[in-house]
Amino acid sequence: MVLKQFAALYKARTMEFVRDRGTFFWNLLFPVFIVLGMAFAFSGGDETLFKVGVVGTPDGSPRLLGMEQVQAIPYADAESALQRLERHQIDFVLDFNRATYAINGESSKGRFVRDLFSAQQAAGAGATAPARLFEEVVVSGRATRYVDWLVPGVIGMNMMFSSLFGVGYVIVRYRKNGVLKRFKATPVGALNFVSAQAASRLVIVLLTSVFVFSGTNMFLRFMMRGSYLNLLLLTTVGILCMISLGLVFASRMRSEEMAGGVLNVVTFPMLALSGVFFSLEGSPTILRTISRVFPLTHFIEGARAIMIDGAGLVQILPNLLVLGGLTAAFLALSAALFKWE
Amino acid sequence: MSDILRIEGLSKRYGQVLAVDDVSFSIPEGVCFGLLGPNGAGKTTTIEIMEGITAPSAGKVLFRGLPIGKDFKAKVGIQFQSTALPEFITVKETLELFSSFYEAPRPMGEVIDLCSLSDILDRDNQKLSGGQRQRMLLALAIIPRPEIVFLDEPTTGLDPQARRNFWELIDLVKAEGTTVILTTHYMDEAQLLCDRVAIMDRGRILEIDTPDSLLEKHFDGVLIRLPYDGCCTDALAGFEGIAIGEDAIELQTETLDRSLKDLLAARVDLTGLSIHKPNLEDLFIKLTGSSLRT
Repeated sequence: MVLKQFAALYKARTMEFVRDRGTFFWNLLFPVFIVLGMAFAFSGGDETLFKVGVVGTPDGSPRLLGMEQVQAIPYADAESALQRLERHQIDFVLDFNRATYAINGESSKGRFVRDLFSAQQAAGAGATAPARLFEEVVVSGRATRYVDWLVPGVIGMNMMFSSLFGVGYVIVRYRKNGVLKRFKATPVGALNFVSAQAASRLVIVLLTSVFVFSGTNMFLRFMMRGSYLNLLLLTTVGILCMISLGLVFASRMRSEEMAGGVLNVVTFPMLALSGVFFSLEGSPTILRTISRVFPLTHFIEGARAIMIDGAGLVQILPNLLVLGGLTAAFLALSAALFKWE
Repeated sequence: MSDILRIEGLSKRYGQVLAVDDVSFSIPEGVCFGLLGPNGAGKTTTIEIMEGITAPSAGKVLFRGLPIGKDFKAKVGIQFQSTALPEFITVKETLELFSSFYEAPRPMGEVIDLCSLSDILDRDNQKLSGGQRQRMLLALAIIPRPEIVFLDEPTTGLDPQARRNFWELIDLVKAEGTTVILTTHYMDEAQLLCDRVAIMDRGRILEIDTPDSLLEKHFDGVLIRLPYDGCCTDALAGFEGIAIGEDAIELQTETLDRSLKDLLAARVDLTGLSIHKPNLEDLFIKLTGSSLRT
């Protein structure tokens, strides 16, 4: 009986979404436009500066590091410097501890710095004194473009809006116009009704996210070092968390205007502080601390870790746990607060 | 006939406002019961408490002698005064949705026939006319084969033809033996449909009985009505059973020709005179001292 009710409610809500053409296409196309637009806007951003990672203490003062066009970035250990090199975040690594230099075979900038460095070493004058022989190490790895970094952010953002408004706003509208009251007058339980709404939205947002990802991936070929299954799992948990947050707001409110306002108050800080478009590295600690409570932060962080760093389940477990914990808390809160009218 | 629903000492307070004030009555099984009154009389609050939708501040509702329980919702059908239907789904899909809520819903074909929905089955809920909408809402109410159907102002806002069509539907529901409880501020509707009526004003029940007994109790004979322009009432001073309202003078009489002769003898201007049998509208005016604030 409960299942029959659930299935019928699920079907009705899903049809409502699919037939509402405006909302349907907006949900699908808006994120695609953002990803493509941002990819286009930031495609020509190659800087003229050469970034050289430095490991260990330079003996003497190598001419390369003194050059105006070169930015020297010190690293504590060779591994982290090489990892950056693999991702094209730096162009060249000079390791004074091991007397090696490293380039990324797929980076022409790196080869240019290598040639410059070798010439300077050969010339001797002003090079490291005494002129040491450096051995070459070649790493490989595709460049991480801004768009690789951006796509989890945009999908996360879309997920947030679609879940919060698609559940929160819609239930408030149902309450205001009396649809909820009519359901209350039937044997349908509140939990069953709400679960059906949430399930319908979960599938919709999941499919939208997959569509947006694969659609833009056709043109942009995102970096994907981790597993698609893990990404799907993280996305599902992320959507559940956002939907539960939407349910908290949907549990009592009667006015759509109020709901719209409150949802904006919730979504804007997340948009600003969850690192959707720009990294929060280097921003004040207080902001970074605040951002840790936002579900969006944990989704985006986890997704970037999977795609760019090739993180497995173990590495993203903290993000999954936070999302799961928040989901449970939001669900409990909305169940306690829910009123039909 | 046993009582299907009984309410005892019902009150409902919203802040400072006492919407329903210590109301008690019972409704026999199988009747059509009308709750009459102007807007703001407390009809909707009373019916929603009976439906189990609103909790009373005091008093109780008994269904077949017992407090209403969890299964009550499966045994009644409700049509609210204003209900939006789920958007972007058709009449047929909405009927299917609501059928899924009940253990043993009425077969869809039966509902469609009863409420004459066959022409609009594939129409989006948002595109229904007022009359079609009310038929649709009634259809949702009868899906569970309810023991009681509650209708809150079902014909408000409908054109005369649509109202008459809707009354026919209610007659069909009544013919199945279903108890119908409705609120209305249309006295003609109540007189036509209801076996028993309760007249309500300012949160209290003023009278409760069959329409005929109420009229018999309060009126003898017929009513003579004259337009009143605010002057020259001296000539009428001697008449018994006379009531002077804001724009009309009413004279209640058992002996019509005698009264008319008296009026002529008193040289009263009879232009605009009308004679009619008292109806619930007149009773309401008599009971509350005001016309229906519709």
